[in-house]
Amino acid sequence: MPVEDPVAAFERVSFAYGVGPPVLRDVSVEIRAGEFVAVAGPNGGGKTTLVRLLLGLERPLSGRVLLFGRPAHAASHRGKVGYLAQRTRLGTEAPATVREVVAAGRLPVTGLLGRPGRADRAAVEEAIARVGLAERASWPLRELSGGQQQRAFIAKALAAEPSLLVLDEPTAGVDADAQESLAAFLARLHAELRTTIVYVSHEFGAVERYVERLLLVRGGIAFDGHPSALPGLWHDPSHVHA
Amino acid sequence: MPDLLEPEFMRLAFAAGAIVGVLAPAVGFFLVQRQLSLIGDGIGHVAFAGVAGGLLLDVSPVLGALVAAVAGAVAIELLRARRHAAGDQALALVFYTGIAAGVVLVSLAGALDVGLFQYLFGSLLTVTRGDVALVAGLGAAGLAVLGLLYRALAAVVLDEEGARVAGVPVDALNVALAALAAVTVALSLRVVGVLLIAALMVLPVSAGTRLGWSMRSAFALSLATGLASVLLGLTIAYYADLPPGGTIVLCAAAAMLAATFWGGLRPARAR
Repeated sequence: MPVEDPVAAFERVSFAYGVGPPVLRDVSVEIRAGEFVAVAGPNGGGKTTLVRLLLGLERPLSGRVLLFGRPAHAASHRGKVGYLAQRTRLGTEAPATVREVVAAGRLPVTGLLGRPGRADRAAVEEAIARVGLAERASWPLRELSGGQQQRAFIAKALAAEPSLLVLDEPTAGVDADAQESLAAFLARLHAELRTTIVYVSHEFGAVERYVERLLLVRGGIAFDGHPSALPGLWHDPSHVHA
Repeated sequence: MPDLLEPEFMRLAFAAGAIVGVLAPAVGFFLVQRQLSLIGDGIGHVAFAGVAGGLLLDVSPVLGALVAAVAGAVAIELLRARRHAAGDQALALVFYTGIAAGVVLVSLAGALDVGLFQYLFGSLLTVTRGDVALVAGLGAAGLAVLGLLYRALAAVVLDEEGARVAGVPVDALNVALAALAAVTVALSLRVVGVLLIAALMVLPVSAGTRLGWSMRSAFALSLATGLASVLLGLTIAYYADLPPGGTIVLCAAAAMLAATFWGGLRPARAR
């Protein structure tokens, strides 16, 4: 694969919440365009913090985080990033249909006060079809299974046709079949669109055979490479030792 | 039976009540979906301090309520957003400070009498043409702002962090929504009073959310329920000689219970 410019770059980044102990220390890592990267590690190891820094939701204590070549918190990457937050942070009980959820993902393109046009509606329908929910586009979200809700929010993340898709703990709260199906879907998406995908999970079993690169995070980057190069014991990330 | 719309005070009451009946659930819709239902109560208590301040300084109590409510609402949002206090603690701080300041200021103003009741529980039958003009002007402005921001507010309801990542100015939207809630509270003083305003922001929305099949339908049904509660409550209050504020809120509560019952009967689709 040709070497691409980094989509995201961490340069000697350290971070702590408030006056607490450092969650990440001196992290330097790059994610390149078109990569399918799994970010794994034990709970509390700093993987979600890494992603929040990447998305500009937190600022580093020291070092810098670049997204598309600019500071991650600068918000100049509107529409280039599709993000699936942790399930507990999503409004899955809101009285919205699948189509309304996905249309909300088009906001970076239409603008805050703009009205969606024909191209926007087409992009929404395409994103819904891509996640296999075309027949349920007008269903209320709360009448769908956990796996289907998750797909609706992935479609929302895809609606603005992003270059980078970030999924934070997408397998939490869904059954094994849905996890398997999600992993296969992401692999297909990656193959078809070459979207850069960052997949964060404390367990990476479902996607392990699809990802090209695995980052194990425990206060820093404990492993960075192809999953096949990972020592056997570490395949359960809760056993990762710094 | 006397004609309901014959007396001018009833026509004015219906006009002011109808605007608040639509505006309160329109603002409350986004608060309820984000599980911030009690924010209206908190702002109502701050508004009480504003009423008391108005009485003490001999300026319009409604104006005092408007200023205090906007300041309190923005304070709640800033405390919450900057993580100086958790959402419920920020609300509690403003809530109790508001009611305590109100009691002290009312006492200093020597207004601990029956007149205070009209602000605590509403006095819809005493609204003037000037009141209606104020409610209509600010109410229309509030609804226009909500119409402009509807898609952005809905995006925040569905996924606040996703909206932030997408570049939506979530903090500014939250402050704007809190300020709109404050304006609604101040405008609703004469309709249902500070102690019951939160009910008009929450109960119709609970009903609409249970009956709706999409976000837009739930929003529209919430507004319709709010409006119907005001019109029905005012009508019942007129003929049965009951306090309008309490009757309106009881109608909204009945609508919510009916919607809960109806929603329970509706079959869920097969997954």
